[in-house]
Amino acid sequence: MKVEQISVFLENKAGRLAEVTRCLGEAGINIRALSLADTTDFGILRLIVDKYDAAREMLKAKGFTVGKTEVVAIEVPDHPGGLAQVLATLAQAGINVEYMYAFVQHSGKNAVIIFRFDNLDEAISLLQKAGIHIYQGEEVYKL
Amino acid sequence: MIRDQYYETLPREELEALQLRRLQAMVERVYHLVPFYRQRLDEVGFKPEFLRTLADLDHLPFTIKQDIRDNYPFGLFAVPMEQVVRLHASSGTTGKPTPVGYTARDLETWGELMARVLAAAGLHRGDIVHVAYGYGLFTGGLGFHYGVERLGAAVIPVSGGQTRRQIMLIQDFAPNALCCTPSFALYLAEVGQQMGVNFKDTSLRVGIFGAEPWSEAMRQEIEARLGVDALDIYGLSEIMGPGVGIECLQAKAGLHLFEDHFLPEIIDPVTLERLPPGETGELVITTLTKEAFPLIRYRTRDVTSLDYAPCRCGRTHARMSRIKGRSDDMLIIRGVNVFPSQIESVLVDVPGVSPHYQLIVDREGHLDTLEVAVEVDDTVFSDEVKQLQKLAKTIEGRIKDYLTVSVKVRLVEPRTIPRSEGKAQRVIDRRQQQGGKP
Repeated sequence: MKVEQISVFLENKAGRLAEVTRCLGEAGINIRALSLADTTDFGILRLIVDKYDAAREMLKAKGFTVGKTEVVAIEVPDHPGGLAQVLATLAQAGINVEYMYAFVQHSGKNAVIIFRFDNLDEAISLLQKAGIHIYQGEEVYKL
Repeated sequence: MIRDQYYETLPREELEALQLRRLQAMVERVYHLVPFYRQRLDEVGFKPEFLRTLADLDHLPFTIKQDIRDNYPFGLFAVPMEQVVRLHASSGTTGKPTPVGYTARDLETWGELMARVLAAAGLHRGDIVHVAYGYGLFTGGLGFHYGVERLGAAVIPVSGGQTRRQIMLIQDFAPNALCCTPSFALYLAEVGQQMGVNFKDTSLRVGIFGAEPWSEAMRQEIEARLGVDALDIYGLSEIMGPGVGIECLQAKAGLHLFEDHFLPEIIDPVTLERLPPGETGELVITTLTKEAFPLIRYRTRDVTSLDYAPCRCGRTHARMSRIKGRSDDMLIIRGVNVFPSQIESVLVDVPGVSPHYQLIVDREGHLDTLEVAVEVDDTVFSDEVKQLQKLAKTIEGRIKDYLTVSVKVRLVEPRTIPRSEGKAQRVIDRRQQQGGKP
């Protein structure tokens, strides 16, 4: 039910993001989804990749500060109001979304969106009860 | 153990009387023998006979490192070369070294003071002492060497380098004491670990560490990893070399400064006023017994404080705190004196933050700004922006509490701040580049 996400600390310096993506490319690691959070001083790059362990080892070896987080990949109907419906379900239960970002690729007719919750397990059981499809980690890495 | 029961435990009044007698004789001598001092004293209209109390020292001018450089190589010596039997020199950061000379009696004094140091560390005849300070122009190696011999213990003059061989010698020769820089002590522990040697199984019971600034946290780490009592020693070649002050094994609460040979003062490095006992400032030393290379009110640039309360070990000599920094490094931020080491001491207490940092001083309008770049490591890194911002705020808050100065903390990637190689680029002061007042 959970998806492993890699996060990388980036100083706001020209070329740092390019450096991460170049290293991943050279190691034959494919980025499935990403988001970049930034402040005036630093950024946090969040990545879903096809080879999680290899990517983490490699980035660490290259001297990056790397963290891991468990996130949830949710299937969201690709029509107006699709995301609103998912978020309403969460809001009613008082579950806070720390951040979210969309997958580049679609799975069939629907969109795949990555969610980070403060209370992951509660969010998963709630979404399941509401009949919302959650992807397995393996499915997501191969999308 | 106290080596010199008489001099090391003199009641304050008698000690001061002794200091005054020795100071008078020293000033009288250099006035007649060293043209530099004669000129300096004449400039301020001070005659040696004006020196009636220790407080009269205030009228004497300071001596700084540049004065020694200006009189390179031997212009400040107070004896003819026929009486000099040893030369040492401290490495010069700007080309020429700073040479110092010793008469036979100076070497005897130095050896005796180093024997006091070793005794304060609980060492005695029959012990074996591993000296891994460099031998040569640097005073560390030879300073310890002759102290050990004078004490009657056995010295292993191993000097620096060849770490693995040193570890083999520590195992085979079974020394009781290790003398080196604190960073080398930790390096020994690290290499020992790779070699499968646990220092706790060796015969070492005490270490005397100095020649570079270190912290209480480092003491704990050295003691835990090497299984020794780690003592701080103070000295500088201009004054003599190692053996100006030492922590005692009993209290480990400040370094006893051998006041029968060195007269210490603490001054404000900006106003040059003498500060009351207990306050932190720059250490100034006047040598009382040196023959070849006496110094009057030498500004050491080391920042510390003095505690005159007698120690529970029985010694009455003032205790200086661990060196807190260099007065050269002092920054004045919005009128507050800030030492980079103070910021370091805040950072070591924040979990997950490495003590590697850089200070960037700038000016916005008429206000000084201080930015602290701190490396983030894996243990505190979070995928959430707010967590990292909270970390930065925590550090800012603690520094503000400690220094009373507001700073901005900027988190940077690990290993991006230049590592300390002696004088690291800890501080970037952009105010000077703008032509403002430093």
